[in-house]
Amino acid sequence: MAYYLQQTINALTTGSLYALLALGYTMVFGVLRLINFAHGEVCMVGAFVAAFVARAWNQAAGLAPTAEQTWVQAICGFLVAALACGLLGFTIERMAYRPLRKASKLSALITAISISLILQNLAQIQWRINGIQLFGPNGLAFPRIIGTSTPIVWLRDTCGISVVPLELLILGLTAGTLLLLWYIVRYTHMGQAMRAVSISYDAAALMGIPINRTISSTFILGSILAALGGCLYGMNNTKVEPLMGLIPGLKAFVAAVLGGIGNIPGAALGGFMLGIIETAVAAQQIGDVSLSPYRDAVAFVLLIVVLLIRPEGIFGRALPEKV
Amino acid sequence: MTRLTWMYVVCVGVLVGITGLGLSACGEGQVQEQVIILGGMGPLTGRNSTFGQSTQQGIQLAESEINAQGGVLGKKVRIIFADTESRSDRAALAAGKLINEDKVVGIIGSVTSGESLGAAAQVQQARIPMLSPTSTNPKVTQQGDFIFRSCFNDTYQGRVIATYAARELKLTRAAILKDIGDDYSTGLADAIRAEFIRLGGQIVAEESYSGSEATYKTQLTKIADSKPEIIFTPIYYSAGVTIIRQARELGIMVPFMGGDGLHYDETITLGGKDVEGCYVVSHFINSDPDPKVQKFVADYRVKFSNEPNVLAALGYDAAKIMFAALQRAGTTEGTKLRDCLAQTTNYPGVTGMITFDAQRNAQKSAVVLTIHAGKFEMLKRIAPDPQ
Repeated sequence: MAYYLQQTINALTTGSLYALLALGYTMVFGVLRLINFAHGEVCMVGAFVAAFVARAWNQAAGLAPTAEQTWVQAICGFLVAALACGLLGFTIERMAYRPLRKASKLSALITAISISLILQNLAQIQWRINGIQLFGPNGLAFPRIIGTSTPIVWLRDTCGISVVPLELLILGLTAGTLLLLWYIVRYTHMGQAMRAVSISYDAAALMGIPINRTISSTFILGSILAALGGCLYGMNNTKVEPLMGLIPGLKAFVAAVLGGIGNIPGAALGGFMLGIIETAVAAQQIGDVSLSPYRDAVAFVLLIVVLLIRPEGIFGRALPEKV
Repeated sequence: MTRLTWMYVVCVGVLVGITGLGLSACGEGQVQEQVIILGGMGPLTGRNSTFGQSTQQGIQLAESEINAQGGVLGKKVRIIFADTESRSDRAALAAGKLINEDKVVGIIGSVTSGESLGAAAQVQQARIPMLSPTSTNPKVTQQGDFIFRSCFNDTYQGRVIATYAARELKLTRAAILKDIGDDYSTGLADAIRAEFIRLGGQIVAEESYSGSEATYKTQLTKIADSKPEIIFTPIYYSAGVTIIRQARELGIMVPFMGGDGLHYDETITLGGKDVEGCYVVSHFINSDPDPKVQKFVADYRVKFSNEPNVLAALGYDAAKIMFAALQRAGTTEGTKLRDCLAQTTNYPGVTGMITFDAQRNAQKSAVVLTIHAGKFEMLKRIAPDPQ
């Protein structure tokens, strides 16, 4: 029993991390019809920046750089990371995607892939500020928040499962972000503009909706989500490295497609589904053979099946082909 | 008009650049008579860039030492290093460049087994000896009679790991967690499993992951359920530290034991107190009191102002073995050099005594380390298998 409960917790944590990233993917796609493959790398940059703030703060306070950080430090780290990622997202859109907005979708897609490669390789250059490493090819420590990495005693004694507060934090923040995003898209002017651009780019422009500003704010919002995802991902993995955005970026893409790309609740649901399916497969044992090597295979086969049966995703609306 | 002028300037600039390069290349061609050109290769960029850079630094230290002593065969040695970009297909291109453009007489490389396997066919065809300092996968030297390795292979490394756990630690229940997408990891896992079972042990769980994961807790929860006394992790430190820390969070307190992929300072800096008491089998430790190791560590510190890691030491030894073989051969001719390289016997390297067997693999000792008080400490030196 405890075993299944523990695996459920594992599944939900994995799912939350995928869902957070999938939200960013889906928002950009909804507005621009562009698969922003650089999303995972923006998340990586966010993680590096937040980890740097934590380590620099520790150093300034006379602690070991890898010492656990306080909540204040973590929140400041996230804010700096959000600022950096927002700026990065804005720049990427302004410099790389906007000039190509009227070009073919393929050009934009190729540009997205190159942005992702550029960021991966730039992050491998040693970059220090006051002797503290910001970027570099080696993994760097991402300090945990004090008290979030010791299992909760009460749950261990009553249910026999090991849950660290960090996992609850990840779950809570994912749920909170989802609600906040839903509110923004549903009830704010910016959200209304986003929805309008998403329905029809040209009609929205004719109605006097500031297209460029709307798209920029979508990118900034998506990048701030990536920063949050990166912080939590880095904290969960206790380290940051230049290629950390690659696999989660891919998985989040699958999650977004699964849920119906462009659809916000769909992306979150897709993320959780992917996390649960992966864990369910990996947790199986047939005789002596563990099924853990097949978890990615099953996840991607599922993607193919969904695309075959329901190309618009579980929650997606089928769009008539525009000629 | 201005646009045309610009284009003109750019074209002229490019032409001048090309001619300039051509001239300097010719210049080098003439110097070639006085130097012996060797090739080095490894990942200087991409996901394994730090591995390549460390190895390159070890090789560079050996290069400057030999030239300070007057070089080999009365000539200076020059080592041209080619980047494999952490990809096995690019390793083949890098080898091609070294052979065809730089006309190297021997190659020290590549670093990872995948890259060495990618480059081997080309090197074998050109009949130029290639000596890998660090590729531990057994298949590497099976690619042809010009391919050598100056480190031990995974079969031996796996045997040392399993034997130490079974005989010295007297453990009988072990779990394995490996990276299914990595030749190094799966090969080493096979070797550990076979030997541990042969010694009467039991593998109670064998789990795997691919590349890097958001969390390894699914696999770790399964492992915890099978109650092992030790967990073998034949993987690199990058995933290794996350796995060990997440295991501690799940309340798994048994030691982890891995191979040379975990023998990096990052294992300790990133793992903190969670990696204390874990075991690592490796080639060398830079706190070894042996005077030649201490001299190497001191020289390396002076040249690069940091501590040498295991890859730097292996690169250094490989370069020196290549120099010694050149000296014995008295020529740079490929087949002769290959034969002399194959005769390497009891070479006293900083990573131990090195003798090549008939399959061109180094027979050498391994060290068992543990992590104690934030440092790697040597527990035991294991002698190579008797021939």
